[in-house]
This record gives sequence, structure tokens and C-alpha cells, in this order.
Amino acid sequence: MSEAVHAPIVEMKDIEKHFGPVIALNGVSFDVRPGECHCLLGDNGAGKSTFIKTMSGGHKPTKGKILFEGREMSFDSPRDAMTAGIATVYQDLAMIPLMSVTRNFWMGREPVKKVGPFRFMDFAKANEVTMTEMRKMGINLRSPDQAVGTLSGGERQTVAIARAVYFGAKVLILDEPTSALGVRQTANVLSTIDKVRKSGIAVVFITHNVRHALAVGDRFTVLNRGKTLGTAQRGQITPEELQDLMAGGQEMVALESSLGGTV
Amino acid sequence: MSDTGSSAAVDERIKQTSKLREAFIRPELGAIVGVIAVFLFFIIFAGDSGMFAPQGVLNWSTVSAQFVIIAVGACMLMIAGEFDLSVGSMIGFSGMSIAIMSVTLGWPVWLAILLTFALCMAIGALTGTIVVRTGLPSFIVSLAFLFILRGFTIFLPQTIERRTIIGGISSAAEGDWLAPLFGGKIGEGFFRWLAEMDIIATYSRGARAGEPMVNGIPMLIVWALVLVIVAHIVLTRTKFGNWVFASGGDAQAARYVGVPVNRVKIQMFMLTAFCATLFATCQVMEFGSAGADRGLLKEFEAIIAVVIGGALLTGGFGSVIGAALGAIIFGVVQQGLFFAGVESSLFRVFLGVILLFAVILNTYIRRIITGER
Repeated sequence: MSEAVHAPIVEMKDIEKHFGPVIALNGVSFDVRPGECHCLLGDNGAGKSTFIKTMSGGHKPTKGKILFEGREMSFDSPRDAMTAGIATVYQDLAMIPLMSVTRNFWMGREPVKKVGPFRFMDFAKANEVTMTEMRKMGINLRSPDQAVGTLSGGERQTVAIARAVYFGAKVLILDEPTSALGVRQTANVLSTIDKVRKSGIAVVFITHNVRHALAVGDRFTVLNRGKTLGTAQRGQITPEELQDLMAGGQEMVALESSLGGTV
Repeated sequence: MSDTGSSAAVDERIKQTSKLREAFIRPELGAIVGVIAVFLFFIIFAGDSGMFAPQGVLNWSTVSAQFVIIAVGACMLMIAGEFDLSVGSMIGFSGMSIAIMSVTLGWPVWLAILLTFALCMAIGALTGTIVVRTGLPSFIVSLAFLFILRGFTIFLPQTIERRTIIGGISSAAEGDWLAPLFGGKIGEGFFRWLAEMDIIATYSRGARAGEPMVNGIPMLIVWALVLVIVAHIVLTRTKFGNWVFASGGDAQAARYVGVPVNRVKIQMFMLTAFCATLFATCQVMEFGSAGADRGLLKEFEAIIAVVIGGALLTGGFGSVIGAALGAIIFGVVQQGLFFAGVESSLFRVFLGVILLFAVILNTYIRRIITGER
């Protein structure tokens, strides 16, 4: 499944993040390659959120290096990371439900056309692109004027993903995109992730649901108490083993062999 | 998994809605129904009172235009997610500022007007800056300015002139190049022609015998129309309008994609200050005086007009056209009082019913549009 012959697009090396006396991340290494879906698993409090915020420019690491396309990078803000091509889709912060799909899709990057001395938002273009991009993701909108609030949770995640992809994301970080969704909607989002991966974008999929991870993931990294417990390839690990690892590694010794000595 | 059925040409779960239904489901519906109800009411109860003769129309149009001017500012600000309770005090303050500068200090009226606009918009910017910097509710910050500005509006003329009303602005404004832009009228030639053609009534006695009773459209109405059109286009058709919706809809989500939320909100506070000053300037030029009690309670009337117009109190949703219709409801009902000659207390009941009905209808419509539960 994994044809990850490319060099990693993002490499995080020995990342440490301290908040005062609290050590949130204690030496985490992680990388993701174009066209792969790398799942980051971990129970609550494992440091997943801190880690993705470090990757997307929200936090500066206390120690460690971030390499983006082979060069060392230091992002000052999420906006910086976005400009470089690292887009993050948060579960709740993605969309404004009161606004139309088009208005959400183009928010902050509205296309403009000039009429005489005035500059208007180019709704003809905006609507057309929005409809096309949503269709590519398998969602048929009634109208681009439809408010995002009328969409289901899964569709909202899909709009956010489509938006990130359209605006040239090279790395897509998805923060628990399926945790609040039903079965059908989860399947839709997972299939969207699959499409995005196949188009050559590197996907970082954060979840605490092992089955969702196994459905689309190429590699799996488990985070526990601020440390990586190891990275496994698809097919090298069973759902039960992954589950145990997340739960705290009571059967660590038995699992080490199945993880290929990467711990 | 990549084909889950939703990629079929037409999703069977999406109901096909009729064009008629689509035309009805709009944020302004409550206000449109309200306007129709108000006009029907007055045509029935005051149809023969002169309310719908040219002079009567001019009367309630002028009052409605006043409400429209402050409602436009309040509407844009509310969509951006903030309130300004200092609008009424700002009206009093800016009127007094023009009066003191032009009459007491004897400066040219055009300078007084321009300086007052600059001063009041700076105060609006200050209110906005405090709101976005401290993160306090704009309700509280602008409430503070409600008292601060009203206090100065009473203190300054009392200290300088020993009274709370300053007159003499009309004579000061004579020959001024800027004053007619606020206090003047347009279309005077057209109305004189209408009178000559016997289409509209003329005075039959007194110094103005032969002149038409309606001799032009006040600049106030022109300003109101221009404001509504410009604000509506900016809000619905421009990039900045999208930022206004985004700032009120979810400031954090908007910031995350690079919308300058703080700047947008501060600019909307400056717009409400501009509208309040515009209101005051037109009023001062018309009356020829400034009073310390001008603009009392106007902030609430503006907010009510905006809410009748379909805006969401918490921001992110609303319509300038709706707010203008809400303002017209207010103006027509207030002036209709005099024409209908019905017990005025009954009109409060009527206004309350319209308000309640429009807001209930708006909430229902909004839920359909936005999918709120």
C-alpha cells in the first residue's frame, strides 16, 4: 500500500515542548511523506494537540528541529505555516455555520474583480470553483449560497479539507476529524482523506479511534505521555496491538517485536 | 469506500425547493411583512388624514430616514459581532460639538463639521480599540461611553454658555459651502414645476403664497438612501463585506484564515460613529440649534430596527435592507401617531406586536437558512 519512496516533506526531530514545569512533549520524532497518510494516535493527554500545534506553527518547540522540504524551518504563526503549505483542519474551528459555503470556502482569500474604480468579490468565479471542488470530494451542494450550518458534520469537515487542498496545501493536518461523527459521515470523511492522499498530499491524521486509523493509514505512530511509543507500517500491526499501545503499553514487551524494533 | 453514493448526480436526500419558497426565505422577510402591515394599518385608519399626501409622505419619510441612518451603522456593527450603546449620546455630543465650534468659537461651519466628524470617528475608533484589546463585551464598553459622552454634552455648553441649548447655527451656516450638503434640499426646481402643473398643493396665503408646500427632498433622505445602497453593496458584494460576516460569525475561525478581525471591528465602530454624527449634523442644520438632550434612547431604537430587519443579536447574520425596513416601520408608526388621531398608547401596543411578530418570523427564517437547531 505504502509507496512512500519520496523523501519526507515534514520531519520533526526530537521535539520537546515545556509549558513552565510541565513537559508536554519529551522527545517526539515524526515524519510524513507526500502521498501518505500518517496516523498519529494517542489517548487524551498524550500530547497530540501540542504536537500538531507545534507542527502547524501554533507553538514553538522548546527543543528539537522541524524540517520542511529538507530545510530547517521555524514558523511564527499558523498563518506562516499555511503560507508554506501546511494546513490544519480543526474539528470545531473549521467553518462558520451562519455563512454560505462559498463565503466560508474563500474566507480570507476572496477573489476580486474590478469594475471601474471599484473592487467587488467575484462571486461567479467563487461559486463555480466551490461547486467544482465540492463535487470532486463527492458532495453535491444544492447551491453554493447554502449556509454551512445546513451541512452535516462530515460535509463540513469535507468543505474544510477541500478548501485546504484548493489553496495549495502540501501537508494536511486533520485534528480528530471523525471523533464527533456518525458511521456514514465518518466513512465519507475517510474516503475524502483517501482521495486527498492519492493526489499526492501528505496527510497527518490525528485520532484516538484505531479502526478509523487502520481504514486509511499507511503508517501509525502512537504517542503516550509526551513520547512516541513507535511507528508501525500498515500490515505490521493488528488493531488489538495498536489499541493496547495507546492504552498505556501494558504489553509493551510483547509488542516491541511486532513494531520492528522501532521503539 | 471512495464511492459512498453521494457522488451520484443528484443527491436524493436534498429536497428540491421551489423558486417561490426560495424567494420568500430571506433574512428581510420579517421586516417586509412588518412594513406591509404598518402601511395597511395606516392606509385603513389614517388614509384620509393627509398622511399619504405629499407633505405627509415627506414628514414620515424624513423621520424614517433619521432612523435609517443610525440603523445602517448599528446593523453593520451588529453583523460584525458588536454593539454600540453610545449612538444616542454620540448624536448629542456631535451636535453640541458643531454648535460650540461654529457659534461659540466662531469657526467656519464647514470646519466645525469636518472636525466633528474626525473627532467622533476617533472616539468610535477608541471604543472599538478598547473592545478588541481588552476582550470586554462591547455592551459594557459602549455603555461607559454612553455616560461619558452625555456627560460632556451637558457639561460643556453649561460651562461655556450657561445653558444646554446653543442656537444661531442657521445664521452661522449662511453661505457656507458644506452646510447645504446636510441641511439643504434637492429637486426644488422639480417640485416648483410640479406645483405649476397643479400636481402638488401650493400655499394659498402668507409670505410663501404660490410656493409648493413640498419644495424639495431634504438631504437627510438622500444621505439615508446613499448609505443603505453603499452599505448593502459593501456587505454583500465585496471582500470586506465577507470579513464583516466572518468577524461576527466566529472571530477565531476568521482570524485563523487571516481575516483582520480587530481592524474590521474597529472600522465598524467608526462607521456607527460616522452615522451618529451624520444624523446630528443634518438635525443641527435643520433646527439651527444643538441641545444636550438630543439623541436620547436612539441607540435602542437603532438596535430594535436592526433586529426587526433580521440581524442576529450575536452577530454574523443580518441585512442592511432589512435594517432600513425596520427603521421605516419605526418612522412610519411614530409619525402615524399624529395623523391617525387614535389614542397614542394603542400604538405602543401595535409597535410591540409588530416587533414580536417580526422577530419570531425572523428566527424561524434564520433557522431555515442557516440550519441552526
